[in-house]
Amino acid sequence: MSPPVKEVPGPSTPTAEERTTSAGFLRERVFTSTSPVWIFLVLVVITAVFSLMRPSSFLSSFDIKSIFINASVDLLLSVGMTYVIITAGIDLSVGSVLVFSGVIAAKVMIAIGGGSTHAVNAGWGVILAGCAIGILAGLAWGVFNGVLIALMRIPPLIVTLGSFGMALGLADVITGGVDVAGIPSQLGSTIGSGQLGPIPWLVLISAVITVLLGVVLHLTRFGRYTYAIGSNDEAARRAGIAVNRHLIKVYALAGALAGVGGVLSLAYFTTTTISGHVTDNLIAISAVVIGGTSLFGGSGTMFGTVVGVFIPVVLAQGLIIVNVQSFWQQVVIGAILIIAVYFDQLRRRTRSRR
Amino acid sequence: MVSTNGNGRQPILEARDLVKTYGHVQALRGANFSAYPGEVVALIGDNGAGKSTLIKQLAGVEQPDAGEIVFEGQVAHIPSPSAAQQLGIETVYQDLALAPDLDGAANIFLGREIVRPGLLGRLGVLDKRAMRERATKSFSELGVAIKDADAPVVFLSGGQRQGVAVARAASWANKVVIMDEPTAALGVVQSARVLEVIRQVRDRGLAVILVSHSMPDVLAVADRIEVLRLGRRVAVFQKEQATLESLVGAMTGAIEEQT
Repeated sequence: MSPPVKEVPGPSTPTAEERTTSAGFLRERVFTSTSPVWIFLVLVVITAVFSLMRPSSFLSSFDIKSIFINASVDLLLSVGMTYVIITAGIDLSVGSVLVFSGVIAAKVMIAIGGGSTHAVNAGWGVILAGCAIGILAGLAWGVFNGVLIALMRIPPLIVTLGSFGMALGLADVITGGVDVAGIPSQLGSTIGSGQLGPIPWLVLISAVITVLLGVVLHLTRFGRYTYAIGSNDEAARRAGIAVNRHLIKVYALAGALAGVGGVLSLAYFTTTTISGHVTDNLIAISAVVIGGTSLFGGSGTMFGTVVGVFIPVVLAQGLIIVNVQSFWQQVVIGAILIIAVYFDQLRRRTRSRR
Repeated sequence: MVSTNGNGRQPILEARDLVKTYGHVQALRGANFSAYPGEVVALIGDNGAGKSTLIKQLAGVEQPDAGEIVFEGQVAHIPSPSAAQQLGIETVYQDLALAPDLDGAANIFLGREIVRPGLLGRLGVLDKRAMRERATKSFSELGVAIKDADAPVVFLSGGQRQGVAVARAASWANKVVIMDEPTAALGVVQSARVLEVIRQVRDRGLAVILVSHSMPDVLAVADRIEVLRLGRRVAVFQKEQATLESLVGAMTGAIEEQT
């Protein structure tokens, strides 16, 4: 297996040599580990290039705002995906769960708001009830995924591929394949397109959730267990961590966030968007992986995910502004994704040689 | 009746006539074993002698079919690894059971994290500084040289990883540390370090149960040696009596002795 490793003999007080190695070590960790520093620089460079090409329009407040709005729903899905991938899992169902939650929320609002003609004028009670039930529907899909994965030991890829089809299919069954319109207009005018001061509600909600769950991931026991399970689930089990229960919670979190995404998307478009989220799962997975989270589990950061969400959005926006076909965005993102995973593999190979 | 090792002390942990059968394979056939506080007792035997099986019963991983486990003079039922941990018995598994992406401190405190005082603690916010300080203290007490306390353990050498695993066991155990082949994957220098750590743990008054195939290691560090063969204890050596020939003889059955 691994060849014998040279070890510095002697007392444990740091010698000059050990101090330099730890400085080199720091350098190594910043640049070759999952540190999102590199990918953040990529984002900075992309932003700078577009800003220089079209200084007047790219960083205008309108474009910044639309960049953030476009990113906000993807961000929620990616935050949940970050937790899932850190446990060495995957969740392909998020886009379908988003659609399902949006459909349920819309149907509930219309049902308790007095039917499709009256619900448009319904008040906050109806809106909040619909949102809550929509989010709960997302949570339920997450629990479903988590139970099958953790307790029945079915691989996450298969379970969530199944629920990807089931959630979208049921959304179609419920609606007959036709998008649900006629939701309370207040939802669209406030959360959907309104602002709190200069900040759109969509962006605010998404940002608060992201920061909160970033703190949970990096500073709390819940986050620590998420990393531990992805790193070595057997070690976590032997350390007395309730691994199965934790996995169910993580998938439930991803489902609930997809539910929130469904509600926000409903608010933004003021209708469900049944056919618009087939590739959301891949967008979220790409963002998380580009952000430096390893598909093998155990490592990753929330900051990296945020950067990984913004790169495609900024790129798409920028290409439109400089009059390049926006199809190029998909080409570039594909390449960045492959490069990011290549670096992760490289890192794993070098570390296993120690 | 309490068996002794000749100086009248009571064993901290004892196995009496343990029987364990897997299907039609009888792994333990009335095995006896004892460990005393403040000693390193090596458990040796050829492959299939029942060493791992015996350790699993003592660590709460499995339950014996017959016989009893005695802890501090009382018959003890150890239904799970965490029950063993509550008694003060910690195990260092051969595959270490570390989370490679977490740092040394996080591994030592895995499943037993320190949280901040007050409301933050109730929300599960970790006290990373306190854990790092205590981990660093634990490493330096045991003479484990970890160059970077914040480095994920996968970046450490094999010997250092072993050091983390042993430090974890030593931090939580207050009675018995069981080590399954702690030097199997290590080079000469690293092995010597781990043996030194084992001595340190013993000198704190704990019982160290060392399972090993390495006769030089056993002869170097063990105060007493118990030999298993075909699921039974076939010999007990005091350090002074043990030679490579006598150990190998007992293991292979060339020399028959007491049970």
